[in-house]
Amino acid sequence: MTISETLTSSARAAVTVRRSARSSRLSGGLLLLAALVLAVLPFVVFASITDSLVNLFILIALASMWNLMAGFGGLVSVGQQAYLGIGAYSVLVFAEQGVQAYVAIPLAALTAAVFAVPTSWLAFRLRGDYFAIGTWVIAEVYRLVTARVDSLGGASGKSLTTLSGIDPVVRGALTYWVALALALMSVLVCYLILRSRLGLSLMAVRDEETAASAVGIDVPRAKRWVYLISAAGCGAAGGVLLVTSLSVNPDAVYSVQWSAYMIFIVVIGGVGYIEGPLLGAVIFFGLQQALADYGSWYLIVLGVIGVATAIWVPRGLWGLLAERTRISLFPIGYHLDRGVDDRAGRRE
Amino acid sequence: MDWLNAVVQGLLLGGLYALFATGLSLMFGVMRVVNLAHGDLAVVASFLAVAIISGTGLPLWFVLCVTTPLFALLGYLTQRVLLQRSLSAGPMSTLVVTFGLSIVIQNVLLEVFSADTRTLDGGSFATGSFEISGQLSIPYLSLATFVLAVVVLVAIQLFLSRTGLGRMLRASSDDPDTATLVGADSRHVYGIATAIAFATVALAGVMMAMRSSFDPATGPSRLLFAFEAVVIGGLGSLWGTLLGGMVLGLTQSIGAQIDPALTILGGHLVFLVVLAFRPQGLLPGRTA
Repeated sequence: MTISETLTSSARAAVTVRRSARSSRLSGGLLLLAALVLAVLPFVVFASITDSLVNLFILIALASMWNLMAGFGGLVSVGQQAYLGIGAYSVLVFAEQGVQAYVAIPLAALTAAVFAVPTSWLAFRLRGDYFAIGTWVIAEVYRLVTARVDSLGGASGKSLTTLSGIDPVVRGALTYWVALALALMSVLVCYLILRSRLGLSLMAVRDEETAASAVGIDVPRAKRWVYLISAAGCGAAGGVLLVTSLSVNPDAVYSVQWSAYMIFIVVIGGVGYIEGPLLGAVIFFGLQQALADYGSWYLIVLGVIGVATAIWVPRGLWGLLAERTRISLFPIGYHLDRGVDDRAGRRE
Repeated sequence: MDWLNAVVQGLLLGGLYALFATGLSLMFGVMRVVNLAHGDLAVVASFLAVAIISGTGLPLWFVLCVTTPLFALLGYLTQRVLLQRSLSAGPMSTLVVTFGLSIVIQNVLLEVFSADTRTLDGGSFATGSFEISGQLSIPYLSLATFVLAVVVLVAIQLFLSRTGLGRMLRASSDDPDTATLVGADSRHVYGIATAIAFATVALAGVMMAMRSSFDPATGPSRLLFAFEAVVIGGLGSLWGTLLGGMVLGLTQSIGAQIDPALTILGGHLVFLVVLAFRPQGLLPGRTA
């Protein structure tokens, strides 16, 4: 036995490493139950409720994707609306080519990722805050170019007509399930990525980029991957946006307001926690519903809460909660326990 | 010649962009803060000028004399109350704070002034021009704005290189910790930088109000112009910003000559070309 083997085996005997605590097994069950309840909702409640939940699901997906980039990859973008627009227009184009609109949504994700490759090549030349505003310029370029393409309806946009044959009730339910699947998928993708090798390198890059590259992490590659995945997620969200609103125009879909939603949802909920965007999206959604009759006041309130959170609670509401209770719905870290003998000894 | 006219107008427009972009460049140079509310602040200055002039009938020069110091004070307070706290809260939070400010300003303007498009009536000064030849004429307003931009840039340059406070500012920009060791109060210095930035934004905002129409949602597109001027010219260089502004103005003016819809897209594309082939900008340097 070499020394290192001896050391490894004695270390292995001394501690056990687990990814989930007992509480997270419980919370995992609860989440599964919640997903099942949400899935049967179209059979139980009025269509008006499920229709507004579609918007919540889109927000959860967008915010999760933004959180993946900013909270784990250190890439703060104000230009993810570019992929929202590309996704929506891709579904439109695929549908006009005869592809079923719901089936076209994964294709929209792929299209967005394809567009993200050359975009990342340009945007990654800018760092930090300049990256943020550079991505915004690129999103504006996509908006202006889209508005000049007459076959896409130009500046006034176009409607999706291929779904008109489906009964509205069935269409509403289908859209709801697609949106729910989108939200669940984006949370699940974040979770799986963060537990993978890529996730580990991402967090290392976020915490200390120089050190991360010194220990052999290919920093640009890790960042590019997370950028492409986030673009794909936003593209799929854009596709869902089209099948729920049935029309698209460049000014609305490429609006920087989407970035405002993503940023404030994640900041209020908690940057760098998978649970953050979920909590933030629910809070945002509640605020939007409560202030629905007061014009743009919900945006003013949202902005003020966002600024206050960024200054005084930089880890967000979930961060506050996690610090107090050590609760984690999606365990991505490791738990170390003392060895079996030791634990038995303590029990006596 | 229409083309010659377009070139001259574009170069002069560049002065306005440079005047407006200086603040963005200065705040980034000194504090590493990109102020995403930069464009919206200019729109606030535009609305303020319209409100004062239509409400009281005071002359333009008086409005400039009121709004500029007012914005400087506002800038100092914004830095001390909001930005300083966010600087210590983490790298992402300044971006979130200025973006939040931008959203709040836009929507408060929308609630107060409605979404109507407005312009500031600058009288004969805003519409008159020198006739150089039959085809070429230079508007008083564009020329005055350009001269104002150069004067402001020279003043900032002199302030940074000749005065004690300016030296402190450059020192804090190079290395805030060491600057503090030799007696710079970084919070005060940052406040001064923000005050200068806000004052130039006020000047630019009033000038823009006479040049083109605006509404509460105009801020973001103005911000992008300023940002492009800074990046095209080269980060951290005052004269680079002037050059960047002129390149941007020229491109937009020539783009408009080809097809009015190309005005803004042309500027964005030049920015992307510079980013792709000369990411350090045309005149890279570190003045501020």
